[in-house]
Amino acid sequence: MKNIWILAEQDAGEVKAVSYELLTRGLALAEKSGRKLCAMIFGNNISEDGLNELIARGAERVVAVEAPELEHFLVEPYSVCMLDLIKKYEPEIILAAATTTGRTLMPYVAMTADAGLTADCTELDIEDETGLLLQTRPAIGGNIMATIKCPEHRPQMSTIRPKSTPEADRQEGRAGELIRLRAPAEASKSRVYYEGFEPDTEEMNLQDAERVVVVGRGIKTQANIKLARKLADLLGAALGASREVIDRGWLSYPHQIGLSGKTVTPKLYIGIGVSGAIQHLAGMQTSECIIAINKDPDAQIFHVADFGIVGDLFEVLPILIEKLKRGEKIC
Amino acid sequence: MRIAVCIKQVPETKSVKMDPETRTVIRQGVQAIINPLDLYAIEAALQLKEAYDAQITAVSMGPPQAVTALKEAVAMGVDEAVLISDRAFAGSDTWATSYILAEALKQLGEFDLILCGERATDGDTGQVGPEMAAALDLPVVTYVNHINELEDGKLKVSRLVENGTQKLSMQLPGVLTVVKEIGEPRLPTFRGKLKAKEIELPGFDLESLKLDKSLIGLKGSPTRVVKIFRPEVVRNCELMKAETEAQTVEAVDAMLAFIKEESV
Repeated sequence: MKNIWILAEQDAGEVKAVSYELLTRGLALAEKSGRKLCAMIFGNNISEDGLNELIARGAERVVAVEAPELEHFLVEPYSVCMLDLIKKYEPEIILAAATTTGRTLMPYVAMTADAGLTADCTELDIEDETGLLLQTRPAIGGNIMATIKCPEHRPQMSTIRPKSTPEADRQEGRAGELIRLRAPAEASKSRVYYEGFEPDTEEMNLQDAERVVVVGRGIKTQANIKLARKLADLLGAALGASREVIDRGWLSYPHQIGLSGKTVTPKLYIGIGVSGAIQHLAGMQTSECIIAINKDPDAQIFHVADFGIVGDLFEVLPILIEKLKRGEKIC
Repeated sequence: MRIAVCIKQVPETKSVKMDPETRTVIRQGVQAIINPLDLYAIEAALQLKEAYDAQITAVSMGPPQAVTALKEAVAMGVDEAVLISDRAFAGSDTWATSYILAEALKQLGEFDLILCGERATDGDTGQVGPEMAAALDLPVVTYVNHINELEDGKLKVSRLVENGTQKLSMQLPGVLTVVKEIGEPRLPTFRGKLKAKEIELPGFDLESLKLDKSLIGLKGSPTRVVKIFRPEVVRNCELMKAETEAQTVEAVDAMLAFIKEESV
């Protein structure tokens, strides 16, 4: 039986939470197609607990491939390992997260494996008549959705937008097979060398955050950004910005949301002085709940918002911040 | 050093407005431009040319009008440009596109470095850079935000990932996909514009590339688009005015109540 596989990710040997989102996707497909759900993971000294967690959350088989050169993601060693598993297990489907790792490894492998790959999917299904994977993804900045399938080439490969589905729950007593493999010898060859890592100074990762406060040009000066930061801190939110703010140098590029920045899908998005240019909407309009504060009632952002305040942000924010400080509970 | 920059012509989205009724993009009269994210790849190439005296070739696959995009690249300072165009290429997915681009690059001779934008703003896949690298059996580093230095045939770069920046070095030849932080793209120069006006662009087509017909176009594409639809819009914006202080307080209270109610 050809099975459904996910690519689990690890960092310093610990399984990353995004892997459990893939298990949620995989479980739904496995149930509908009657196939088994398996997970592959590449790294060095991957924690046994993490691997068992993958089983507890739904993987019937976990294959961990390990070698010192797999500690950090490098495209060549990782693709050697994935191609080796494709040969060994002939997966029907491989799902990976649309992270910097998934979006690099999957195309590199798909090309060599002569497989079809669909990027950044937000919905997956199995077609009734054919059993094929139906992959739905936003294109043209989220303004259209396209459903794509891969009729003949195998495996059917997709990257899945992070945070587009909840993590699979753990169920005690789930049994599964854990296979630990050494990496093929070829995996030691890489023409890219890892030389170090500098973590972000910002405490919160924009794309992982459940709440995001975003500043637009309406904030007027760099000094005023501290107002937005205060609001973000009080809400436990990450701070993002529109392109205008980044281009003026008021915040660094990793804060940019939109077509030439990041795509975020938080539970709560609050736009402050964000007009909602189409490039910006492309990076946030799939957020669960959108709130906008802008003095222009015709601002585009209100077209995609659930709740809007038409007013001067310099009047609204101090009152909002004061209320939150006084402990108005909204959690 | 020989550098290739792969660019794509896309519809201009900057000036595009949303139709407030249908909430879709108004595409009428929309111009075709160089994919904005590819401008950073051109800029990266030009910076390397300044530092290491490189020869830069811009390459684009697309319809004949993609010549405009290539000429714009020349106006920015690219040395030569090549159009890869054939009706038979229509319908190619990222796999087939990467195969065609890789074959064209092979015909153009050895490159030390191939630069791409992170992704195109129309298709939004970001797959062609790494797929083309695999097709050429070259190493690739994606999401590059700084190219530091070239030392003993290795290029030192930094790569923007979810929680920070990786430091890597890549043995050349290789492929990089770059992000915005690489540098503000320069404007076309007067001299560049003159050159662009006069330059003859060599072209490649199916025949000159001697491609395997079963690997291009719709037939050569592993993936098929089966349906295109507009995302359902379920948003119904509750708008509150905050002109006076009393209104502002009321609006803020309503907003906090809204957040609580939605439990987000």
